[in-house]
Amino acid sequence: MDIVRLAARSLYNRRYTAWLTLLSIALGVALMLGVEKVRLGAKTSFANTLSGADLIVGARSGAIPLLLYSVFRIGNATNNIDWQSYQAIAHYPAVRWTIPLSLGDSHRGFRVLGTNRDYFEHYRYARQRPLEFSAGQPFDDVYDAVLGADVADKLGYRLGQSIVLSHGIDSAGLAKHDDRPFRVVGILKRTGTPVDRTVHISLAGIEAIHVDWQSGARIPGAAVSAEQARAMDLTPRTLTAFLIGLDSKRHVFSMQRAINEYRPEPLLAILPGVTLQELWDMMSVAENALLGVSVGVVVSSLLGLLTVILAGLHERRREMAILRSVGATPWHIVTLLVTEATLLASCGVLCGVGLLYLLLWIAQPVIESHWGLYIVIAPPTGREFILMALTVGAGCLAGLLPAWLAYRYSLADGMTVRV
Amino acid sequence: MKPTAPHPPDAPAASGAAILRLDQVRFRWPRQTRDILDIPHFTVDSRERVFIKGRSGSGKTTLLNLLTGITQPREGTVTILGTALNALSGTRRDAFRAEHIGFIFQLFNLIPYLPLVGNVTLPCRFSAARRRKALERSATLEQEARRLLSRLELDIDALERRPVAELSVGQQQRVAAARALIGAPELIIADEPTSALDTDTRQAFLRLLLQEAQAQGTTVLLVSHDASLETVFDRAVALETLNRAGTPP
Repeated sequence: MDIVRLAARSLYNRRYTAWLTLLSIALGVALMLGVEKVRLGAKTSFANTLSGADLIVGARSGAIPLLLYSVFRIGNATNNIDWQSYQAIAHYPAVRWTIPLSLGDSHRGFRVLGTNRDYFEHYRYARQRPLEFSAGQPFDDVYDAVLGADVADKLGYRLGQSIVLSHGIDSAGLAKHDDRPFRVVGILKRTGTPVDRTVHISLAGIEAIHVDWQSGARIPGAAVSAEQARAMDLTPRTLTAFLIGLDSKRHVFSMQRAINEYRPEPLLAILPGVTLQELWDMMSVAENALLGVSVGVVVSSLLGLLTVILAGLHERRREMAILRSVGATPWHIVTLLVTEATLLASCGVLCGVGLLYLLLWIAQPVIESHWGLYIVIAPPTGREFILMALTVGAGCLAGLLPAWLAYRYSLADGMTVRV
Repeated sequence: MKPTAPHPPDAPAASGAAILRLDQVRFRWPRQTRDILDIPHFTVDSRERVFIKGRSGSGKTTLLNLLTGITQPREGTVTILGTALNALSGTRRDAFRAEHIGFIFQLFNLIPYLPLVGNVTLPCRFSAARRRKALERSATLEQEARRLLSRLELDIDALERRPVAELSVGQQQRVAAARALIGAPELIIADEPTSALDTDTRQAFLRLLLQEAQAQGTTVLLVSHDASLETVFDRAVALETLNRAGTPP
């Protein structure tokens, strides 16, 4: 009907206030959907990081910290576990494979992971996808390194290049292992997980760069050359954590109990999926608070819309009378005002969605490199469509109050113009 | 009841065919104890040009609201084109008004956010019949609006780009007249359309309005306090003589 065009014209006539209202709705909607996107991005990226491992074993601490530092490279281990414990558990009959993890060093902001070749064979991400190489092969020599896709991309590394690792993972004032350079022998394909941001070396490599170190510093006067180190016993003494794959899921709980009751050392075994769920439960409070705040922003922007329409209503009584004189029914007047509110709200939502995707497009690489959170730029989900529809619906509802007032005015005024 | 068809402009005026009839009409506002309007009988013939003289406060506004079906009489009937308005539902009355009545206000007739031509074609958005009749005369609504505006001696080319609020009062009233005329409604009701104009423009405006109304066979009913206008009308009636309720104290 022409009412839509009339409403659009009327809004255009008040375009400055209309723009401001639209902008505030757009910001609210972008914020609300942004929170939703980040929440979803965090969930999928966390859930996709590890699959296939039945248990994660580390020093006894909290289940969630263990999951975070062993798999997501967030935070640090407070304690290491003994190599002997690892060896013992790895030989339990139900264990099919293990992946040892030794963390603590870094290379230009990327974490270094010491492991063995089982990592490339058994590690699975997303839906049971194995790691693949885009170039080169797994490490073989003590001083070989395999890079995650991001490390190679961001630092522009190629096969054969020599790199120096740093001690510790803080970004400032690092002591460098500059006497033992590593050689890039392999680059992994992108996985969209923390693996992309990891430098992988062998456990022997980790040992080799630390033979003449103690308590985070070089032992003075005990310099050992790279070649000398190679000849030493490079069997690791400790590990940060390890992953276990079992022959059968049936053994998960008995195995977990066995590890938690392991005598020689206090260990903790967790089921990754269960702990991830605990993490979500813990975060759901924060999630809901964030969503609540952003819904609050949308509601206040809709109140702004209501204010704008109400404020203009009194001056528009003449306009209503003119419309009545050319045959508009009071319902036309109601429709006109509700349409104005709905138009504003829907344009606000559309602009908000546009703004969100623009921001995502700009911020995605930044978020990924800073927090390791890969936010997929995908069409809105069902839940997001529901949020958008609710916003438009609320805008339409907000239009009903001025519309009802206008209906009363236009019944009372008729064609009498009162100003 | 179907309204009678409008007379084509070249047909002889059917004298005696009442286009508007008031019978025993009484009106009072809620909680008032006496009627402010009591009109036993009043008719306007088709194509007649009638001047109703009334001071403000003489029930003029109420009469106009009754004639256009905005308010309903307490008793009696208002019949336009053979249709008793109080027999129609509210929505039908609004549709009836859109189709058969053009209305001109005293002042500020125009919707500020519509362009000049859009203001003229506005009734055609609410009445298919007026749209059809307008399109019988010109190829598009816009052309018909322009035709009427030029007949009313408005320099459309010079004014069309300006916001309507910037037009002079005289120009605004001509745009309002064109809007009342578009789609040839059977009846035009004007409420003090000239009171904001100076004497010269007043005469010119009325002459053009009546001339164009006659050309398309439209009846004109004009209400004003200004007795000097009555000479150009076929008939002049004082509201005081029509209204037995008299002036409220």
